[in-house]
Amino acid sequence: MTSPSATVIVEGLTRLFDGPDGKPFRALDAVDLTVRAGTLTALVGPDGAGKTTLMRCLTGLLRPDEGSVRVLGHDALREPQAIQDRISYMPQRFGLYEDLTVQENLDLYADLHGVPQDVRRDRIGRMLDLTDMARFTARPAGKLSGGMKQKLGLACTLVRSPDLLLLDEPSVGVDPISRRDLWAILADLIAHDNLSVIVSTAYMDEAERCDDVFVLNGGRVLAQGTPAELTRQAQGLTYTATPPPGTPARFLQARLIDAPERIIDAVPRGGDVWFVRQPEAPEAELGALLGDAAWHPRSEALEDAFMLLLRQDQRTPHPAPVEAEALAPTGNSGQTDDAPEIRVRDLVRRFGDFTAVASTSFDVRRGEIFGLLGPNGAGKTTTFRMLCGLLPATSGTLEVAGHNLRTGRARARSAIGYVAQKFALYENLTVRENLEFFAGAYGLGFLETRRRVRAVMAQFELEPGLLARTLPLGYKQRLAMAAGLIHSPPILFLDEPTSGIDPLARRAFWRSITSLARAGVTVIVTTHFMEEAEYCDRIAIQDAGRMLIVGTPREVRDAAGGGGDIDMNQAFIAIVEQARAAEAQGQAAA
Amino acid sequence: MMAGADTTRRLTALIRKETRQMLRDRSNLMVGLLLPIVLNLLFGYGLSFDVRNAPVAVVLEDRSQMAREVTSGLDGSPYIDAIHVDAMADAERLVREHEAVAIVRVPSDFSRRAGAGSAAVQVILNGSDTTTANALEGYIAGAIGTAMQHRADRAPGTGRGGATVIQRIWFNEASDSTWYLVPGLLVIVITLIGALLTSLLIAREWERGTLESLFVTPVRPHEILIAKLLPYLVIGAIDIVTCLAAARFLFHVPIRGSLIVIFLAAMLYLAVSLLLGLFISGKVRNQFEASQISLLASFMPATMLSGFVFDLRNLPWPVWIVSQLVPATHFMPLLKTLFLGGNNWTMLARDSLILIAYGAVLGIATTRTLAKRLD
Repeated sequence: MTSPSATVIVEGLTRLFDGPDGKPFRALDAVDLTVRAGTLTALVGPDGAGKTTLMRCLTGLLRPDEGSVRVLGHDALREPQAIQDRISYMPQRFGLYEDLTVQENLDLYADLHGVPQDVRRDRIGRMLDLTDMARFTARPAGKLSGGMKQKLGLACTLVRSPDLLLLDEPSVGVDPISRRDLWAILADLIAHDNLSVIVSTAYMDEAERCDDVFVLNGGRVLAQGTPAELTRQAQGLTYTATPPPGTPARFLQARLIDAPERIIDAVPRGGDVWFVRQPEAPEAELGALLGDAAWHPRSEALEDAFMLLLRQDQRTPHPAPVEAEALAPTGNSGQTDDAPEIRVRDLVRRFGDFTAVASTSFDVRRGEIFGLLGPNGAGKTTTFRMLCGLLPATSGTLEVAGHNLRTGRARARSAIGYVAQKFALYENLTVRENLEFFAGAYGLGFLETRRRVRAVMAQFELEPGLLARTLPLGYKQRLAMAAGLIHSPPILFLDEPTSGIDPLARRAFWRSITSLARAGVTVIVTTHFMEEAEYCDRIAIQDAGRMLIVGTPREVRDAAGGGGDIDMNQAFIAIVEQARAAEAQGQAAA
Repeated sequence: MMAGADTTRRLTALIRKETRQMLRDRSNLMVGLLLPIVLNLLFGYGLSFDVRNAPVAVVLEDRSQMAREVTSGLDGSPYIDAIHVDAMADAERLVREHEAVAIVRVPSDFSRRAGAGSAAVQVILNGSDTTTANALEGYIAGAIGTAMQHRADRAPGTGRGGATVIQRIWFNEASDSTWYLVPGLLVIVITLIGALLTSLLIAREWERGTLESLFVTPVRPHEILIAKLLPYLVIGAIDIVTCLAAARFLFHVPIRGSLIVIFLAAMLYLAVSLLLGLFISGKVRNQFEASQISLLASFMPATMLSGFVFDLRNLPWPVWIVSQLVPATHFMPLLKTLFLGGNNWTMLARDSLILIAYGAVLGIATTRTLAKRLD
């Protein structure tokens, strides 16, 4: 069992923390784990599964309460420094010194790791090549985009060749292109340096690249094995359902995911719905549930198995979906049904010489879910801020709920609910106090405030007396949504609402969104999770300030080429790269 | 020897990093270099306990030559502006209307009683401002005493009034409060650097998450500490030189002790002050709280309880005990003595040992806050 080639041996590891209620809870509960040398191992699991705690125990930064941790032959409790001398670790938020330049950050970590001068030049050169950052060596790290920061973090982590590399959710908040680059760097290093790597991730396509996968939930190891072994657990349970023509796939998806006793998981996929059934659910009941939708088996994926494992685990919290019909806007925006709720024409925004948004036009109809996608720094947030009236446009026309943002900003704003990327909540106020504050800020009267606060708390299943600080991430996000909807706005803006949120909470979140849209709320959303684009009626892809394409998910995928087989992730990358290549060609020709 | 080379390299890298960060943070650099100059000008020129041109009502009820001579000293004093009034009632009105801060009254029987050797001059002070009142009392007595003395010298035999008090103030002969405040100012400046600058350093790394990445390198806790200390020791040394130069050339405060001893003692106190800031920073891990706490825990007591302004012997004993825990209390008197009194080796040895002990304890405690643990 303690084979000499094992890089990491964890036995009976338990680690307690003080919970928000003051009682201790087990972040890790008797975890056993062995990692073979020279392999790529993934840790997957929802928020609070214990992934980060496990990583920190491996680095010797956290002491186990029970059990033993041996890394590279050293005991993590007795000889943490011996481990730290030989590993490289990239925490979820890598500590770049924002006031130091790219080069200075790299040099600092090379010095701290004692990389000899002759090796260093090659190594840093290679890292700059792989991350495509050689042009930016003199730029302060604080002035890099999110994706570039993450790549620089990885480069700093890898300035020397460690015996073991630990990566804690390296791709959170990173766009698909940067994410692909990140994994290309890893693949290159694994091939050349014979690295052992442990990576925690929320992306199943990343876990699928690994040799071994550990599924964690509630501090315990639910399952382990190769991706193929794990995937097989969902064998025979996976299907594709096609809704009758004219019905949006998300209506069918909502119906399926609302029947957890028969359906484990359902997601929209290219106009169809991919679902996983409960093993014991009888065929007849499934047929009744699916109604007039055609369905046929499909081959299983790792994500299906992951959802199966989580749903079968008793300790998984089941966030109930939000039935949002009651939240339907009471205030009519005054628009006739066929007029667009949002109208954007030739929108431009410049900051000095820099054009953040270039000549952008699109419409959003009432009750539509409109997705705004793009790499880090594409201009999504700038577009968003202009739509919300937080930032004036340099030129162009912007109409929200029939009000021109140049002349009727206040009226347009009252028709908007806005959920910022970092939920703007008051951490030391309770759920009720937060909601009452936002109701007041939107000018609701006393009785109206009471009615609305009670309504949104009931809809989002929020406990009125809890401090916002003590809420788990998924519930913080619900509270932020509730606050954004407190004045029954006909339009809801969501800026990366699911960043850093696990698959289970994301499904519950999207269930609320589709429900809101059905009730007539217009939703505009940005996201880094490309599969979430499938929930949208239409999506727009932005890059370097330009609108590359606007259309339904299917149209976008068709435009990307490659037949109907590619997923949204690949389609996104293809479209952005085609546009960039065309741009480069245009410049070369000129 | 390999380990030594590694340590040196890591230390160099860390010091370079801290220095760069310090130099790039303009606002903090301004605090570190400009604030001492501002404080020097403020305390040196603006704040003073000395009374100058204080309006004093003079009532001569005795119109004799002798009475006039006695009060002539008041007219010549740079500290006093004599306002001559005819009646006591006028003088009282001036005081009530804040036109005058004191009354000097020469009673009608002054010259008669002077002959008998029991002459008295009445001095009434406005006690609502005790500091000014105390200072004025001295000036008025001095001015009148000088005049009496002159008179006695010129006409021997007429001034038989028994013994005459001859005042002499040691160390600060002019009893100039600038002499008293400026050396203390050096203590305040050094304390502020610790409270405002180093108190942010470790907390900032916790807040930005950089410490977690730094921990998982071969770096040792004491190396992080040393690297954070050194650049600010340099800033502090510049401030010390600034303060000493200002004291010497701007305010003409005598420096009677050895300049090198003063500098070294100040550097020792600087190290203690920086370490206190770093310790608070490492303990609370939050920049805002760290800066609040260090202002309360180091700067406030350094101004109030170190003997900068207020005499410690007047403190009630619980406050006195607290004052003895403040590092500045063990440096303030030493520095004042070194400035105005000269080298006092016993005092120097005792206070230096106390400061070294503080430094050692804070150094170890701060290194512990940097133990590579997140729990």
